Amino acid sequence: MTRIPTRTHVTTTVNGDPVDFLADPRETLLDCLRDKLGLTGAKEGCGTGDCGACSVQLDGRLVCSCLVLGVEAEGREVKTIEGMAEGNDLHPLQAKFIEHAALQCGICTPGILVATEALLKKNPDPSEEEVRYWLAGNLCRCTGYDKIIRAVLATARDLREGV
Amino acid sequence: MALDNKTDFKYIGTRPERPDGLDKVTGKARYGADAYAPGMLHGAVVRSPHAHARIVRIDASKALALDGVKAVVTRADFAQDLEGEDWNLLENTIAGEKVLYDGHAVAGVAATSALIAKDAAKLVDVEYEVLPHVTDVDAAMAEGAPVLRDGAADHSVPDGLHPNVVRYTEFGRGDVEAGFAAADLVIERSFKTEAVHQGYIEPHACLAQLGTDGKGELWCCTQGHWFVRRMCAALLGLEATQLRVTASEIGGGFGGKTTVFIDPIALALSRKSGKPVKLVMSRSEVLKASGPTASASMDVKMGMTKDGKLTAATGTFRMQGGAFPGAPMDMTTMLAFSCYELDNVHHEGFDVMTNRPKQAAYRAPGAPMGAFAVESVFDELCEGLGLDPIDARLKNAVKEGTRSSFGPKYKAVGLIETLEAAKAHPHYSAPLAENTGRGIASGYWMNWGGETSVSLAIGEDGTVQVGVGTPDIGGSRASMALMAAETIGIPYENVRVNVVDTAALGVNEPTHGSRATYASGLATIEAAREAIGKLCQRAADKWGIDVDAVEWKDGAAHPSGPNAGDFEPLSIAEIAGEMGSTGGPITGHHDASPTGFGGSFGTHIVDVHVDPETGRSTVTRYTVIQDAGKAIHPDYVEGQFQGGAAQGIGWALNEEYIYGEDGRLQNDVFLDYRIPVASDLPMIDTVIVEVPNPGHPYGVRGVGETGITPPLPAIACAVSHATGHRMTRLPMSPPRVLRAIQGKGVS
Ligand code: FES
Ligand code: FES
Repeated sequence: MTRIPTRTHVTTTVNGDPVDFLADPRETLLDCLRDKLGLTGAKEGCGTGDCGACSVQLDGRLVCSCLVLGVEAEGREVKTIEGMAEGNDLHPLQAKFIEHAALQCGICTPGILVATEALLKKNPDPSEEEVRYWLAGNLCRCTGYDKIIRAVLATARDLREGV
Repeated sequence: MALDNKTDFKYIGTRPERPDGLDKVTGKARYGADAYAPGMLHGAVVRSPHAHARIVRIDASKALALDGVKAVVTRADFAQDLEGEDWNLLENTIAGEKVLYDGHAVAGVAATSALIAKDAAKLVDVEYEVLPHVTDVDAAMAEGAPVLRDGAADHSVPDGLHPNVVRYTEFGRGDVEAGFAAADLVIERSFKTEAVHQGYIEPHACLAQLGTDGKGELWCCTQGHWFVRRMCAALLGLEATQLRVTASEIGGGFGGKTTVFIDPIALALSRKSGKPVKLVMSRSEVLKASGPTASASMDVKMGMTKDGKLTAATGTFRMQGGAFPGAPMDMTTMLAFSCYELDNVHHEGFDVMTNRPKQAAYRAPGAPMGAFAVESVFDELCEGLGLDPIDARLKNAVKEGTRSSFGPKYKAVGLIETLEAAKAHPHYSAPLAENTGRGIASGYWMNWGGETSVSLAIGEDGTVQVGVGTPDIGGSRASMALMAAETIGIPYENVRVNVVDTAALGVNEPTHGSRATYASGLATIEAAREAIGKLCQRAADKWGIDVDAVEWKDGAAHPSGPNAGDFEPLSIAEIAGEMGSTGGPITGHHDASPTGFGGSFGTHIVDVHVDPETGRSTVTRYTVIQDAGKAIHPDYVEGQFQGGAAQGIGWALNEEYIYGEDGRLQNDVFLDYRIPVASDLPMIDTVIVEVPNPGHPYGVRGVGETGITPPLPAIACAVSHATGHRMTRLPMSPPRVLRAIQGKGVS
């Protein structure tokens, strides 16, 4: 019966490395990252842009990868949680999240880290309220956000003070 | 197992980094949907669009004709001879003659890609004969309500009740009428709560492989893989031990991942196609077809004297738990009045079926609803009599030796300690802003022991591995490692705790009922003690002395008694380094169904600002005070307190299952089923009270559940005080609060 739709060859950069894959035009960037490139750090919590678990950066802009098509990555630069640490050196946010117990189950953590990295780049000195509103699109059901917000504020302080 | 009376802890009570932290902040940790297998197919589930309908015919021919489709399964592909709870489980997993709710699974499809599987699912042609439906608990009990299934009621249901009432309970003691007559104030109110979902961010996901030889492998996100094994084996007609289940990292559960939904379908698809099958729920499927909690309709009456002593209490609790028996009315009735000393008390509970998904456990299942009703009436009594709500609670609070409202006497418990800590907390006496109310409430969960098996082995370098069977949802591997390190006297970093698969240990109950840190912790300590005994024996053999003359201290064997000082101590690394030639591996193991679990009381203080123009409620300050017995890793104890409070805030203010006239769920995405986001909440302050549990060597009580019990009443009381209208219905959404402010009632 119905034939498999023609797939598109997509060439893109992920975490600095050139990659390519074949994508069904209906496939999301999230599914392509996970199923074709084996980058399962971005998670699908909703598939509708409401939970932020799939957060990645596309040309430096924070996006929900469940709302981007795989074919849209053509010629762009994608950065995922897997590209956040420099080799074995954790990004200060990653280290602080562990130190502050800012995760319980950890399923929201990759998305929240990617989102807060984008925040601190834009605003190195956010208020508690600014952090809370920035993260309003990243759902966490386990922590009540308290330790997450504290970890973000503490990281921002350390980075400002050059610790 | 009795309390050790050990107070000088070296590792317990510290806050080391969790062992799985690195993997979780780098995206390496593997959750349910993160597994792949060679030759793997993707599954999709065909679901009912109707709340109640007879299945006339299922025609899968068009789906099977699609390129890439490898198998379709229906009810015929599962065990045929089931009864009782197994039948209920199968009927919920995949419909038989009727579909019973919007989203009920009807068939499963496996194909070479997820997109093809989804397309194929749409091509499965199901013909339905639509039947009348009912989704509200009170409507389902009323005369003339559509009957979900005749004969589903058990013996407990008195004659004359609607067939949708499937279980009934009634118990109490004393003379409630005399009690009410002795009161200076009696308040009676009706309350209603809506169904809410656990809302774990990780949808159910699994990867299944099952051969026609009845041997299988299942990878899934679950709170309890032995439960999954038993359920899947029953539903597919397998022998339990032929199915090996591995628990992935789990992205939240809160009780909702203690049962199966898609795992048996994936296994059946694998058996039929001969290939591994991965099946992942969408968020909409999670909301429609995995278990939310029950909704409740309740009447509570309580009497109090003018000096604050309760004289009598009665409660009627009608709970709907979806299209199957199992609404947690037992827990609701048992725990409703559990905070108070009462000579005259009476409870009545109804378990009612409706055309909704089968309810699943949700953090302290059943307790929050009852607490909402009872604590609200308690608050209104205090208001009416001009009493301080903490002082009045202290007058009635249960303590060691008090006979509980449900029968047994309490062992050492910490309700009074949490109330005293609340009274002393600066939050309680802080001034209140305009249009802001303060609420106080207490709550209880009795916690649990359950079947537990733990194995511990000493490595050749003197480090230690521990195999536990309780999946780690919120840092329990760190807690187990702390307890093992404390017991053996070696650094925390020298212990690695693994959650092992079903082939590696005897049966373990899930991580539920706040049991993991208590029960797996206790078994870890006992396994460590057994290994210590063997380490001492090796030292004794080497020294040629009696093992009784060897003492284990700070990670080393020391000669003691008459031999003290005769030999240099032998460290665990020294003994382990020689174990191959001194008798072989050194391990410890412990199996138990421990019964010394100790319940945990909590008291919450909350300030809520209500906008008089819009009815919107904002939590401006929140303090959780709870008895942990002994906090093994205080960060993760606080985390449980904060998470429970946040879920309670969602339940109280926003979250609800909304069914339309057509019986379909109206809000099946996170945009419409709105859980609290970061900008909705303040910081959540915590106070850990420690009244040791006499039934655990280090005094541990479970802490996970209790925290969701006080928020519902505490927030309702705060909103009531802010608006001057008693809120008796959840959620307190802006339109509902606005109607109350405008004097149009609270329904
Ligand atoms: S999965 Fe993309 S926002 Fe939830
Ligand atoms: S830690 Fe579990 S959802 Fe955030």
